Amino acid sequence: MLLYILPIFLPLIGSAVAGLFGRFLSDRQAQLITCILMGASAVLAIVIFHNVIIDGEVQRIQLFEWIESGSFQVDWFIRVDELTAVMMFVVTSVSFLVHVYSIGYMSHDPHIPRFFSYLSLFTFFMLSLVTSDNFLQLFFGWEGVGLASYLLIGFWFKKPTANAAAIKAFVVNRVGDFGFALGILAIFLTFNSVSYETVFSAAPDLAGSDFEFLGHQFDILTVVCILLFVGAMGKSAQFLLHTWLPDAMEGPTPVSALIHAATMVTAGVFMVARCSPIFEYAPIALSVVTFFGATTAIFAATVALTQNDIKRVIAYSTCSQLGYMFFACGVSAYSAGIFHLTTHAFFKALLFLGSGAVIHAMSDEQDMRKMGGIWKSIPLTYSMMWVGSLALAGVPFFSGFFSKDIILESAFAADTGLGHYAFWLGILAAVLTALYSWRLIILTFHGKPRADKEVMAHVHESPPTMTIPLILLAIGAIASGYFLLPMVSEYHDFWGDSILILPQHHALHDAHYVDFWVKALPTIAGVIGISAAYYFYMLRPDLPSKISNKFRPLYLFSLNKWYVDEVYEYIFIRPAKYIGYGLWKQGDNALIDGIGPDGLASAAVAIAKRAIKLQSGYLYHYAFAMLVGLAVIVTWFLFSRT
Amino acid sequence: MSDWPILSIVTFLPLLGAVFILFVRGDQKTVARNSRQLALWTSIITFGLSLILISYFDTTTADFQYVEYVPWLSDYNIGYHLGVDGISIFFLLLTTFLIPICILASWDSIKDRVREFMIAFLIMETLVIGVFSSLDFIMFYIFFEGMLIPMYLIIGIWGGSRRVYSAFKFFLYTLVGSVLFLLAILWIYIEVGTTDIPTIMAYDFSSEAQIWLWLAMFASFAVKVPMWPFHTWLPDAHVEAPTSGSVILAGVLLKMGGYGFLRFSLPMLPEASHFFAPLVFALSVVAIIYTSLVALVQQDMKKLIAYSSVAHMGIVTIGIFSLNQQGIEGGIFQMLSHGIVSAALFLCVGVIYDRIHTREIAAYGGLVHRMPIYAFTFLIFTLASVGLPGTSGFVGEMLVFVGIFKANTWIAMLSLTGIILGAAYMLWLYRRIIFGELTKDNLKSIADLNLRELAIFIPLIGLALLMGIYPSPFLSVLHVSVENLLIQIGSTNDLTFFNADDHQLITRNFGSN
Repeated sequence: MLLYILPIFLPLIGSAVAGLFGRFLSDRQAQLITCILMGASAVLAIVIFHNVIIDGEVQRIQLFEWIESGSFQVDWFIRVDELTAVMMFVVTSVSFLVHVYSIGYMSHDPHIPRFFSYLSLFTFFMLSLVTSDNFLQLFFGWEGVGLASYLLIGFWFKKPTANAAAIKAFVVNRVGDFGFALGILAIFLTFNSVSYETVFSAAPDLAGSDFEFLGHQFDILTVVCILLFVGAMGKSAQFLLHTWLPDAMEGPTPVSALIHAATMVTAGVFMVARCSPIFEYAPIALSVVTFFGATTAIFAATVALTQNDIKRVIAYSTCSQLGYMFFACGVSAYSAGIFHLTTHAFFKALLFLGSGAVIHAMSDEQDMRKMGGIWKSIPLTYSMMWVGSLALAGVPFFSGFFSKDIILESAFAADTGLGHYAFWLGILAAVLTALYSWRLIILTFHGKPRADKEVMAHVHESPPTMTIPLILLAIGAIASGYFLLPMVSEYHDFWGDSILILPQHHALHDAHYVDFWVKALPTIAGVIGISAAYYFYMLRPDLPSKISNKFRPLYLFSLNKWYVDEVYEYIFIRPAKYIGYGLWKQGDNALIDGIGPDGLASAAVAIAKRAIKLQSGYLYHYAFAMLVGLAVIVTWFLFSRT
Repeated sequence: MSDWPILSIVTFLPLLGAVFILFVRGDQKTVARNSRQLALWTSIITFGLSLILISYFDTTTADFQYVEYVPWLSDYNIGYHLGVDGISIFFLLLTTFLIPICILASWDSIKDRVREFMIAFLIMETLVIGVFSSLDFIMFYIFFEGMLIPMYLIIGIWGGSRRVYSAFKFFLYTLVGSVLFLLAILWIYIEVGTTDIPTIMAYDFSSEAQIWLWLAMFASFAVKVPMWPFHTWLPDAHVEAPTSGSVILAGVLLKMGGYGFLRFSLPMLPEASHFFAPLVFALSVVAIIYTSLVALVQQDMKKLIAYSSVAHMGIVTIGIFSLNQQGIEGGIFQMLSHGIVSAALFLCVGVIYDRIHTREIAAYGGLVHRMPIYAFTFLIFTLASVGLPGTSGFVGEMLVFVGIFKANTWIAMLSLTGIILGAAYMLWLYRRIIFGELTKDNLKSIADLNLRELAIFIPLIGLALLMGIYPSPFLSVLHVSVENLLIQIGSTNDLTFFNADDHQLITRNFGSN
C-alpha cells in the first residue's frame, strides 16, 4: 500500500522542505533533496507500472474523508489502474529528468530552492490528478496543477510579461474550470455521487435520458460530457481557450518542457480517456471533441509556421499535437490518444529542453532571426533537436510515427463525416508540422550566423546535468513508440477495464485494416513537409519573405495567431473593466448612495433649511400660520360631524 | 460541567476584563501596556473556555445545548435564555478565535487611547457572543443592536480620514434595518405572547403574517450581510476602520445577517422563505457579478477586498436559500471560511499599511523582494479567497454550488462566473502588490513579518488549510442541526434523479428541490 502512496507524497515532501526551509538550505542541498525524492518517486512509479500492467493489480486505497454533506460524500482516495500507471510513469520520469536538467539550466538563478519547490509541488498535484478516484479529487489536482503553472510561469516575477502571462494562464483555465465545475455538479445531480465507480457503472442506464438544464430538456450524458470537455479545452489549450499556452512560454524553459508540453496540458486528454465510460454513451459530445481536436490541430500548425520565437513555435506545435490526441479520443480511439500522449511527452520535452540548451548557448536569446550557423558549435544539442523533430514529424521508426499513424488511421477508419474532417486536416497539419519543425532547425542552426560576435563567441555545449537528460529523453523519443505499441495493439488487453470502448465504435479496431495509401499518407506528408522546408529555407532562403509579402493578409493572420487575443481583449477584458468602473461610479456612488444614505442625509438637510426659513421672527407670519391652521381644523370638524 | 453556567461565563468574561481595564492606573505608557496585556489574556482565556464548549458538544442532537434559563421579566414571558446548537456554536468560536488575533494586530498600530480601544473591543466581544448564544428575542435584539455602538466608536475614533462619514453611514444603514426588525419582534410578541425563541420556532404563523415578518427581518439581515443593493456602507466602513476593526467587521459582523436568516427567517417563516427564495437568488447573483466587476477596478486594497466580501456573501445567501442540506451547510461553511480568509486578507493589508501608511495599490509593487514570508502568507489567503481546492474557500463554495444546482441551474451557472472574476481581481491585486521590480524608495527598506505578526498568521493559515483538506470535523457538527432545520422548513432532503444505492432510475421532478 505504501508503494502506491509514496510516489505521490515524496514530491510534496521535497517541495515543502525546499520551499519552507529553503532559506536554511544551500542551493545544492535543495536541489539534491528534491531530485532524490523525485527520482525515488520515478523508480516506484516504474515498479507500479510493472505491477499494474504486467500483473494486473488494480488498487483503490482510501485515505480519509474529505467533504460529506447529506448524500454528497467525497473521500480522499488513491486509484491506480492501467491508465493511471501509464500517466504516473510519464509524469514522474519526465519530471525527474526536468529536475536534473534544471540543476544546470537554473544554475545562475538567485531563487533555486523556490524553483525546485514549485517543480516538485507541480509533480505532486499532477500525480494527485492522475490517481484521483472521484471527480472532485480530479478537480483538486486539476486546479492544483493550474496553481503550480501560475507560480512557475510567473517565476521571474520581475518581468511584467511573465506576471501577465501567469495571470492569463490561471484565468483562462478558470474559464475552462467553470465548465468543468458545472459538469461535476451535473454529474452529482444525475448520479448522486461523484465517485468514478458509481458514475461509470450507472452511465449505461442513463444513456438517452433527458434532464432539465437552463430551462431546457437536454440529454444528460451529452451535457455532462460537453461541460467536462470545456474544462479539458482550458487545461489542454484547445482552440478558443488556447490563448494562455503560447504566453506561458514566459516561464523558464524546463517548466515549458514539463508542464506546458509533457504533462499538465495533457490532463485534458487523460480526463476524456478516463471518462470514456460516459463519453461512449454521448455520441454528440464525441463529435464535439473530434471537431475541436481537428480544428486545433490545423489552427495551431498554421500559426507555428510564422512565429519567430523558438519556444513559441514549439508551444503551438504542442497545441496542435494535443488536437491530434483529442480527435483520437473523439473517434473512440482513446488508447491511441494516450499512446500519442506518452510518445509526445518524450519527444516534446526533448524539443523544449533542446531549445533550452540552444537558448542557454545563445546567452538567453529566443528569437530565431538572431540565431543560425551554430550547429557545429553545439553538435550534441543539434542532433538531439533532430531526434525530437524526426519523432514529431512522424518519420518511420521514431516514436511519433507509431502514435500519429494510429491516430490518423483511426480517424479514417471511423468513416464518419467528422472522422474524415479530422483525417484530412490531420494530414495537412502533418505536412505543416514537418515544415515548421525543419524551419526551426534550419533557422536556428544553419545558414549564416545572425547573432552578434560576442554572443557567437560564447556559444557552448551545455553541462552534463543538461545533456544527460537530453540523451535519456532522446532514447525515449526513439524507442517509446516501439515498446509501447501494445497500447494500441489488438492482441493485448493493455488497458484492462480502465478504458471503455463500445463494440459499435470500432475505429481503433478497423484502423489496423485500412488501405495501404492511408497508412502511407502520414509518412508522405512528413516527407513533403521536410522537403518543402529544405527547399524554402536552405536552397531558396529568399522565397519565404517573398511569399509572405505576396500573401500579406494571410501571413499577418497567421503571425497574429488568427487575432484571437485581440478579439478577446475587445469583447471581454475591456468591457469588464469599463462596466466595472461604471457600476462603481454610477451604480454604487451615484445611484445607490445618491438615493440611499447620502440622499436621505441631504434631504434631511434641505428640509431643515426650509424649516429654518419658516422661523422668520415676524409676528404676523406666525399669526397668519395659526389662523390658517385654525381654519383647517374647524373646517375638518364641521365636515366630519355631518 | 452542567453545574457551571459556562455559556454565561464565556459571554460575560470579556465584559469583566473590560471592567478590570477600567481600573488600570499609572502613567500613560503603563496604562497602555497593561490594558493590552489584560485584553489579550482575557480574550485568550475566553477562547480557551469556548474550546470546552465544542469539546463537550453533543453532535447527535439538534437540541440547544448548555442551556441556561432564568426568568427575567416573568410577567411578560421574557427571560434570560442562552444556548447553542450546531449552527451557532461555530460562529461563537469564530468570534472568540478572532478577537485575540485582533488585539494582537492592534498591538502597535493603536497608539492613542489604548485603554478605551481595548475596552470597546472586549465589550464588543461580549455583545457578539451574546448574539450567537441568546435564545430570547429581546436579549438577541439588545446584543444585536448594542454591538453597533462599539463598532461605531472603533471606526469613528480610531479610523482613517473620512471616518466620521463612514461611521455615520454604517450606523444609519444598519439602524434603518433594525427598526423594522424591532417592529417584527413586537408583532411576534403580541401574536405569540412570548419572546422565547424556541417557542416561537414551534409557532405556526399565518401565510400573510409570514410575508410581512419575513420582509421586516430581511430589511435588517440584508443590510448586515450585506446584500446588493444595501452594500455600499461596507466598502466605506472597511476603508476607514482600523485593521482590527476591519477584521472583526469582515470576520464576524457580516455573519450576523446569514445567522439571522438561519435562526429566524428559515425556521420561523418557512413558507415565506420558499416564496422569497427567488428574490434572494436574484439579488445574490447580481451581487456576485456586480461587485466582482467593481472589485476589478478598485485602486484601494481594502475596498477591493470589501467588494470581494460582498460577492462571497452572495454565495452564502444563495446557499442558505437553496433550502437543501448541501446548500445550507455550504453557506454556513462558506461564512466560517470567509470569516477566516477575509479577516486574514485585511490583516495582510494591515501589515503593509502599518509600514507604509497607504492603502493605494499603486503605491506598492515588488514586495516579494523584501518580504518573502509575507508574500507566501498573502498568497495562501489569495488562493483561499479564489476557492482553490485544498483551501477552506473551496469546500464552502462547492457545497453551495451543489445545493443551488439542485434548486436552479441558471442561478448555479450565473453564480459560478464568480470563480472566474474572483481569480481575476485577486490575482491582479496580488501581482500589483507583490510582484514586479521593487522601484519605490520607501519600499526599499520595508521589513518582513515579525514574530508577533507570524503568531497572528500561522493559526489562520493552519485553519484555512485544515478546513480545506479535512473539513469533516466541522461539517459533522453541522449535520444534525441542519437536518432539523430542513424539517422545520419542510424541505425534503436530497431529491435526486438517480439513486446510487440500488442503481435504479427514479423518475422524479428534481427541478423543484
